[in-house]
Amino acid sequence: MLRKIRAILAIIFFVSVTLLFLDFTGGWHTWMGWMAKIQFLPALLALNVGVVALLVVLTLLFGRIYCSVICPLGVMQDIVSWVGSRRKKGKNRFSYSPAKSGIRYGVLALFLVAIAAGAGSLVALIAPYSAYGRIAQNLLAPFYGWGNNLLAYLAERAESYTFYETEVWMRSLPTFIIAIVTCILLFVLTWRNGRTYCNTVCPVGTVLGLLSKYALLRPVIDPKKCTSCSLCARKCKASCIDYKNHEIDHSRCVACMDCLDACKHGAISYTRRRERAAVLSSKTEEQNPSRRHFLTGVALLLGTAAAKAQEKNVDGGLAVILDKKIPKRTTPLVPPGAGSLCNMNRRCTGCQLCVSVCPNGVLRPSSRLETLMQPEFSYERGYCRPECTKCSEVCPAGAIRKVSAEEKSAIQIGHAVWVKENCVVLTDGVQCGNCARHCPAGAISMIPSIPDDDFSPLIPMVDTERCIGCGACENLCPARPFSAIYVEGHEAHRII
Amino acid sequence: MEKTDKHRIDRREFLKRLGAGVTAVSATTVAGCSFRDAGTGGSAQGEVPTDKMTYRIDPKTGEQISLLGYGCMRWPMMPSPDGTGEVIDQEAVNGLVDYALAHGVNYFDTAPPYCRGLSEKATGTALKRHPRNSYYLATKMSNHRLAGQGLSPEELFDASVKMYRRSFEELQADYFDYYLLHIVGIGSGMPFLMERFFDNGLLDFLLKEREAGRIRHLGFSYHGDVKVFDYLLSRHDEFKWDFVQIQLNYMDYRHASGMNFNAEYLYAELEKRDIPAIVMEPLLGGRLTTLTNYLNGRLKQRCPEDSIASWAFRFAGSFPKVLTVLSGMTYMEHLQDNIRTFSPLDPCTEEELAVLEDTAQTMLKYPSVPCTACQYCMPCPYGLNIPAIFAHYNKCINEGNIPVSSQDENYRKARRTFLVGYDRSVPKLRQADHCIGCDQCVHHCPQSINIPAQMQRINFFVEQLKQETL
Repeated sequence: MLRKIRAILAIIFFVSVTLLFLDFTGGWHTWMGWMAKIQFLPALLALNVGVVALLVVLTLLFGRIYCSVICPLGVMQDIVSWVGSRRKKGKNRFSYSPAKSGIRYGVLALFLVAIAAGAGSLVALIAPYSAYGRIAQNLLAPFYGWGNNLLAYLAERAESYTFYETEVWMRSLPTFIIAIVTCILLFVLTWRNGRTYCNTVCPVGTVLGLLSKYALLRPVIDPKKCTSCSLCARKCKASCIDYKNHEIDHSRCVACMDCLDACKHGAISYTRRRERAAVLSSKTEEQNPSRRHFLTGVALLLGTAAAKAQEKNVDGGLAVILDKKIPKRTTPLVPPGAGSLCNMNRRCTGCQLCVSVCPNGVLRPSSRLETLMQPEFSYERGYCRPECTKCSEVCPAGAIRKVSAEEKSAIQIGHAVWVKENCVVLTDGVQCGNCARHCPAGAISMIPSIPDDDFSPLIPMVDTERCIGCGACENLCPARPFSAIYVEGHEAHRII
Repeated sequence: MEKTDKHRIDRREFLKRLGAGVTAVSATTVAGCSFRDAGTGGSAQGEVPTDKMTYRIDPKTGEQISLLGYGCMRWPMMPSPDGTGEVIDQEAVNGLVDYALAHGVNYFDTAPPYCRGLSEKATGTALKRHPRNSYYLATKMSNHRLAGQGLSPEELFDASVKMYRRSFEELQADYFDYYLLHIVGIGSGMPFLMERFFDNGLLDFLLKEREAGRIRHLGFSYHGDVKVFDYLLSRHDEFKWDFVQIQLNYMDYRHASGMNFNAEYLYAELEKRDIPAIVMEPLLGGRLTTLTNYLNGRLKQRCPEDSIASWAFRFAGSFPKVLTVLSGMTYMEHLQDNIRTFSPLDPCTEEELAVLEDTAQTMLKYPSVPCTACQYCMPCPYGLNIPAIFAHYNKCINEGNIPVSSQDENYRKARRTFLVGYDRSVPKLRQADHCIGCDQCVHHCPQSINIPAQMQRINFFVEQLKQETL
């Protein structure tokens, strides 16, 4: 019974959190956005005292329920493990193994140091919720998008406006590869040995494990009833039941309740603790699960059709549009609400939730080593539209604080820089002013290119004090592949 | 105004009345749109007659010209085999041409730039399969894209004559029945006309070609500045225009848009001089094939079985001096429908003309862009799909999806329909916000639409919808 309740809750949480990463319309966030906010590490980084206290109390009461129900990466592993147990050999494939405390606390220490040092990319690499977010965003979202596009295609033919097409694109190759590697590693570990990651690597698991040792309710083996048949141990995906000694390592137990159903003699019950079992196991092992680092500069290859513009003497046809290329920005751009690069770097767990919800194709995971997988802006596909504040609404970690559209219109995240040699006014000899026309801050005005000659071609002049760095000018600039105006980031955002 | 105001009833009330109207109409056939096909049984539309086409007599030669002329500007296109663009679907063109000839259509009008420069060849290929004396061929001197590029008069003359000779090759013809100075009146008006035809002696050349018989009728197609029209007619005694092509439909008759001049005047001037008129844009590029629900209903109420387009054709055909009414028919269904309308033509009654005038006045109240999708403005050097943007905007007007304020009853639905439909109709990179206002298109537009200004207007509206600031 308890197992079923756990499973049902887990599925509800898992599906909901997954949908947060898949739903690009933002509708799901309105109702279920809180599910991201109750994730442990983001809540901790956001200094969300209420949520952290709640999770601590939850763990002290029920054990690591969090790992079995709330954590999407945990539930994902349970699903893989469950599938694994459907095969012939997989049914009772687990066995007790002592805790690898050395690795556990080693990773935790490393993790804490990384947080303190502001090494956001390392934090993002290890944190469980972020790992799941990466997998959902990179490996599931494309299928969701394609499915949606199929429906949109059909809807279009049925004159329905229920579905609209969304662009499916790879935001960052390094992040994509990390997501695949994480997924494969976890899959293999889980398929063979259940929750190895949760009980050996995951720093959140280790912290909650410390608490769950003192949990009020926990599975307990009644030595009087136990026949030492080992069935519970072979069903325990956390490998934490030492049936010979009738002991359960509660720091690793994720309170999945599988053992309760497994025991044929009713020897295991989920009940108040009687006495604390001393769990000591010290087997230090030199380890370093550091995964590959990816070098920066792996830009997406943008196909550039080199078709010649057709002759002008005929009617009709469409000019070829070259894809925009990413300009080299000295300082990266992060969303309004992030406050500063420093805050972003310290708080962001790289979960990709903001990247998933950005409707303008602006946010993508960084490929720079020091901020790997953390979000940054670029404006080849769209710009940070004035009415949109989605990324600030969804961030569970406090890396992007909630801002209103009005506040956002006054937050300067960067400033526009004009690139003379690209400007069509000078290269094509046409009048333009599209940057000035679309600037929501009114920061761009057109001035004569030749001093004192009011009839000379007009070129843009950027008032860097008024520019908020939204990228409308860069995105809508007719110069291709590099815009004649681009946005350079600011380390600390300012209110203007 | 008073006259139209009484029609401003709310939708529900209107539909109620419409329902009652339709029943009444089906009982008593309204004069004008007599049920030509009644009695053929089967489908309501009936067969397409092969021998009832209305013909008009060309005063110069006495030849019979079908009142429905085939405009070859909108041939069906298909992706090119190498996947790089589009080519004309020649098989479909052959089918359309064969069908048109078999049903009495004998006038075909093309021009060098049409269909991205592919129209003449496709038209020639299709017509070559028929005897040369079974149809009349019209093409044009389209040197408006050559002029204004800094060519000397001699160079422009040479390039123009090259274009003229090339038309013979493309159409596989050794004479043209009708030849037009294409789109005079656009650009700067008189100076542009002088540059194109007078300063370089091109008109003299064409007059000689007429004498030599390679051009059987010489005329011009006119848009824009009326000074050009008046000037060319003032020298009619000299040039002896055999015909003039004008834009005539129930909108342009008294409510021409932009710089264009009311067709009522143009037609009267031609009638005065006994010059036959050839009608282009009778449907305003399809804008008159579907109107708002209210206007559609009012026409359907009178002639439930006739298409909305047929009204526009009957309007144009009602003028006795009109030699032929050109329609750029892409689809077989359009061709069939139009043949029905003209086989034979039922001229509009006085009452019907009044209804159409009222329709035009009502349409003026909508902020539609008078684009006919002629593609003359394309390709836009900055990649915009200008006609598609206008088409989407006009469609939303007709369907009532242009909200005026966020308090509108259907605001949410209309907003979604407009924005989702916009992304569907026009790829993001080809939308109005990418218009830089370079003004290169403006001189090409026969409707003298200030395209950049309209783009900015539409984009402003899109921004209002997106930012919800309506």
